Amino acid sequence: MRPADVLAFSWTALTRHRRRSTLSMLGVTVGVASVVVLTSVGEGARRYVSREFASLGTNLLIVVPGKNETTGGFFGAGGVPNDLTLDDVRAVARDVHGSRLVVPIAMGNDTVANGERRRQVVVVGSTSDFLDVRRLQVAAGSFLPPADLERGAAVAVLGAKVARELFPAESPIGRVVRIGDWRVRVIGQLAPRGRQLDLDIDDLVLVPVATGMRIFDSTSLFQILIEVGAHSDLESMQERVLALLADRHGEEDVTAITQDAVVGSLNEILMALTLAVAGIGAISLAVAGLGVMNLMLVSVSERTAEVGLLKAVGATGRQVQRLFLAEAVLLSLSGALVGLGLGWGLVRGFVALYPAFPASPPAWAVVSVLVLSVAVGALFGVLPARRATGLDPVEALAGR
Amino acid sequence: MSASGAPMIELDGVQRSYPVGETPLLALKDVSVRIPEGEYLAVMGPSGSGKSTLLNILGCLDRPTAGSYRIGGREVGQLSADALSEVRRHEIGFVFQSFHLIGRLTADENVALPMLLAGVPEEERRARVSTALDEVGLAERSGHRPNELSGGECQRVAIARATVMRPHVLLADEPTGNLDTANGEQIMQLLERMNAEGLTLIVVTHDPNIGRRSDRVLVLRDGEIVQRVLGRELRPDTLLESSA
Repeated sequence: MRPADVLAFSWTALTRHRRRSTLSMLGVTVGVASVVVLTSVGEGARRYVSREFASLGTNLLIVVPGKNETTGGFFGAGGVPNDLTLDDVRAVARDVHGSRLVVPIAMGNDTVANGERRRQVVVVGSTSDFLDVRRLQVAAGSFLPPADLERGAAVAVLGAKVARELFPAESPIGRVVRIGDWRVRVIGQLAPRGRQLDLDIDDLVLVPVATGMRIFDSTSLFQILIEVGAHSDLESMQERVLALLADRHGEEDVTAITQDAVVGSLNEILMALTLAVAGIGAISLAVAGLGVMNLMLVSVSERTAEVGLLKAVGATGRQVQRLFLAEAVLLSLSGALVGLGLGWGLVRGFVALYPAFPASPPAWAVVSVLVLSVAVGALFGVLPARRATGLDPVEALAGR
Repeated sequence: MSASGAPMIELDGVQRSYPVGETPLLALKDVSVRIPEGEYLAVMGPSGSGKSTLLNILGCLDRPTAGSYRIGGREVGQLSADALSEVRRHEIGFVFQSFHLIGRLTADENVALPMLLAGVPEEERRARVSTALDEVGLAERSGHRPNELSGGECQRVAIARATVMRPHVLLADEPTGNLDTANGEQIMQLLERMNAEGLTLIVVTHDPNIGRRSDRVLVLRDGEIVQRVLGRELRPDTLLESSA
């Protein structure tokens, strides 16, 4: 029997019992749609995070004080890490070649006030290169003065929201605000950017790094961002920076993470999450398989006489089995296709509501859900098909 | 009409028993018969006489538990299920009392079914279906489903299906049993015309009128052939005695 004829025959059996087939199909449809939606959301989250990191550039090395693994050694050695200082920043910028930008960052929480208007915000101490490394833009005034590592001018740049809250009716440029006990002059305002990973850019105040450390009364930086010119330099840069700082501190007491590593581990976490929800969806598909099996069993027992007739006109056992298996597979495959369409439509609707969230069904999920539903149809079709094959033609024709 | 050809079908000491409780039920005991190619044979007998069992064995739907069954000299009694399917596909056409058409398929799809299973290409299928439907006088009803056809028309579709693979033997089990007299007569004329063209025709029937029209009648009782007569010599009293 030709494969096309097998399919055509089984397809007719399904379409000419439409209502019953549709109901069994529905189970597969819902299962597939849920896999599509769930993986789309997971994939969307992954892409969202990747995109945010990519917007910072992937040529980034992040140096933070402390080592995230225990160091053995003598008493007094290891343990409390040394500060990450502005001298370290200078040394890296001077001695480690290949860095495009070396940006120190001090960070803390404090109250910023314009008279009686006050607001608790994140205060970031950094240099003029901060604008570049975080891909930000100034909306009004100017940014932090260049080459101000040590002096610590009493100036500040406000995030869009801070500016709006403290100066609702006027431009903040040139005005004086208080940060904790310190008075600084506002020299600029950032363009709105919204949340950028760990920071709400609109809700922060930027000051020169030395000013920040003075405000926080801190001797250590929060981190140093190093941007390299080419992505391929990242690894050697990591080694050289670690070696330099180990040399300066007398021990390896800092951690240097590449942006890639951060993106990579976040990707891994979100991928695991996506797989987990896909697995949950897959379970519902397996349940749908039971529906397919049920329909096929009913179908076989209703069509006993047909099986007898098929055998009388020369069908072999294998042909009968193939016909019923094809029917089960077609049933679950068409349910799956409808489910793909439904899931895709739901995801599109979701994206229309939340355009910032790049939800979209990943190709691997689409392919595997199709393969899985064919497998489910075949697997749960075997028992009914076997039953049909095993029917004795004489008894089947007699309707027993 | 003539029964003069070489023996097409040979049964020798055929038995069929069913394991029922302690003593097996013997549905057929020691049946031997030679059916030459082109014969018109009627099988008669009361219910439970073994007519259906004999027909199932002749049709290769069932296998004898003892004895030999040869078609065209080839022993088929102990073939595998798949090999028997092959024999049915090419040698034997079935016509049933209840038609056994597939309800969701149109007349031409029903007729095409055996060719579908045999892997005949679609174009050839279409040509042969229309010839077969033409032969049974249903050319213009080809697109109808069985529930849109009369009983007589259904049986004619079934006959077209049974002959579309050009078998040597046509087995008809009470072909007129579900039809009124006029339709029954038409069906018998159709079958007899095919027989006249060389098809071996074996009819299981209760109807003495059909028996009388055949070349030869086998009368079965309790699984044995109790009488073999020429159809035209079939006497009414024999029938009264043997039909229940």
